[in-house]
Amino acid sequence: MNDARINGVLREHAPKLVGALVRRHRDLQACEDAVQEALLTASREWSRSRIPDEPRGWLLHVANRRVIDAVRSETSRRLREEVVVSLVPADEQHALAADEALAAEHDDSLDLLFLCCHSELSHASAIALTLRAVGGLTTAEIARAFLVPESTMGQRLSRARQTVKDAGISGEPLNAAQRAERLPAVLQVLYLMFNEGYAATEGASVHRVELASEALRLSRLLNAMLPSQPEVMGLLSLMLLTDARRAARVGEAGELIPLDEQDRSKWNREQIEEGSELIENAFALGAVGAFQLQAAIASLHSEAASTESTDWPQIVALYEVLMRVTGNPMVALNHAVAWAMVKGPRAGLEKLNALSELQDNYRLIAARGHLLERLGERADAAAAFRLAAQKTGSIAERNFLLLRAASLIAR
Amino acid sequence: MRREQSLNPNPERQIDMKFMLAMNHRGNGAPQILSWAKDDLKGHINYMKQFATKLGKQGELVAAEGLAFPNEAKLVKANPDGTPNTDGVFPETKEFLVGYWIVEVETVKRAYEIAAEASMAPGQQGKPLHLDIEVRQVMSAPPPVE
Repeated sequence: MNDARINGVLREHAPKLVGALVRRHRDLQACEDAVQEALLTASREWSRSRIPDEPRGWLLHVANRRVIDAVRSETSRRLREEVVVSLVPADEQHALAADEALAAEHDDSLDLLFLCCHSELSHASAIALTLRAVGGLTTAEIARAFLVPESTMGQRLSRARQTVKDAGISGEPLNAAQRAERLPAVLQVLYLMFNEGYAATEGASVHRVELASEALRLSRLLNAMLPSQPEVMGLLSLMLLTDARRAARVGEAGELIPLDEQDRSKWNREQIEEGSELIENAFALGAVGAFQLQAAIASLHSEAASTESTDWPQIVALYEVLMRVTGNPMVALNHAVAWAMVKGPRAGLEKLNALSELQDNYRLIAARGHLLERLGERADAAAAFRLAAQKTGSIAERNFLLLRAASLIAR
Repeated sequence: MRREQSLNPNPERQIDMKFMLAMNHRGNGAPQILSWAKDDLKGHINYMKQFATKLGKQGELVAAEGLAFPNEAKLVKANPDGTPNTDGVFPETKEFLVGYWIVEVETVKRAYEIAAEASMAPGQQGKPLHLDIEVRQVMSAPPPVE
């Protein structure tokens, strides 16, 4: 039997299984463990014979037995005063298998995703828990992605599960209103997960890139489960359009290449088309939000053959709406840069100087460097790039800024 | 998995020795790298990248981090109430840590060899910098508490 195919089937079912079990047994850790064991058993058994006709039912049955066995041995071992692992009486647990077919259509992964991205959890914890429970990544894989030791990630996951327990967050199915209320937290977690991976450029951090792929995969899943939600579509579109430029944004030596110098033939056209279509459809639904606006801006960049032929007035207009929606000063910085493309570098510099709360921010200083360079003020531009290099927290960006400064002085 | 050091049959050849190779920058003025020409800068960056990649491929690299330039650094001391006081200024002649590698090697000799390779990183006109690399053994952790 083909192991890759088995793994594909297992990966697809894992989050749904955890979701189904959590609704029954409430204990995230016990359910994750049980599903892991069921997956191991399946991979062993199936490669010897074949994938069963109802892989989900097969896995659920095995995993459910494991939880019940675990609950039994736990409860008999622990004193009565201690917290009992499962809040569901043992006899109810036995009734599980029969009504599973009914519950199958109810999307368990979706509830699990909302549980893992709960606003009670810190963003770092929510991302880790989502990768573990919904994404099916191992603790070791998540640890590598975050560049922390496995034991540290194990602790972070335990604390996250404890928080879920303490806050009394259950895996109960949510109604539409509850989902709508909690959706922004879920989108934010997926967005941060994507950025965490996308920001990685160094060769040593290929594992981090997996975070971006995983965020993209989960957002696709979310969009499939919650169709016609404009901000879900906006987020997925933003990820697709951003990710489409991945091959062009890093050079051979791992150096960052800015948008205006990227080889646009390296952009993934298929992904750009998908992202652009998605954002058009989202806008047509009428409820414009921050992710849609960012996706629309990314889409305008993606459709342009060059920096010069980019529709900058339209981008300026979108940034103005985005500033009103988010109030984020970094949006004002991007607006100033786009403004400079329409009104010229001097007008852009005036906008930058007016952003009082960002004067010490390396991005603003670097943007000032770019505009000074366009004005031909090479020495001042180089000084700005050097200052920005001393303030960034990323080695890739520091190298980029230092090289930029050096190239202005060399000629 | 934790190895039993006491059962090591050959004490000459210790297993799991970890060393920190620390690269220091002298003085707290502007880092000299800021004034280099583009090609020199490129040569230095590429050398350091290839160095880390090679250590990784050889299975000797445990961790490597570069630190932000020291002009953004703060000296922190607790106030009487335990809150952080960040008014501290670094003394003038202080050496600054700019980055480090942690390597896992079989002998201390090997750690010195790796340090020498880091020391040879190219500077202006591609000439080796002969940087000072401080080699310190990383002490093994106490057994984990179950």
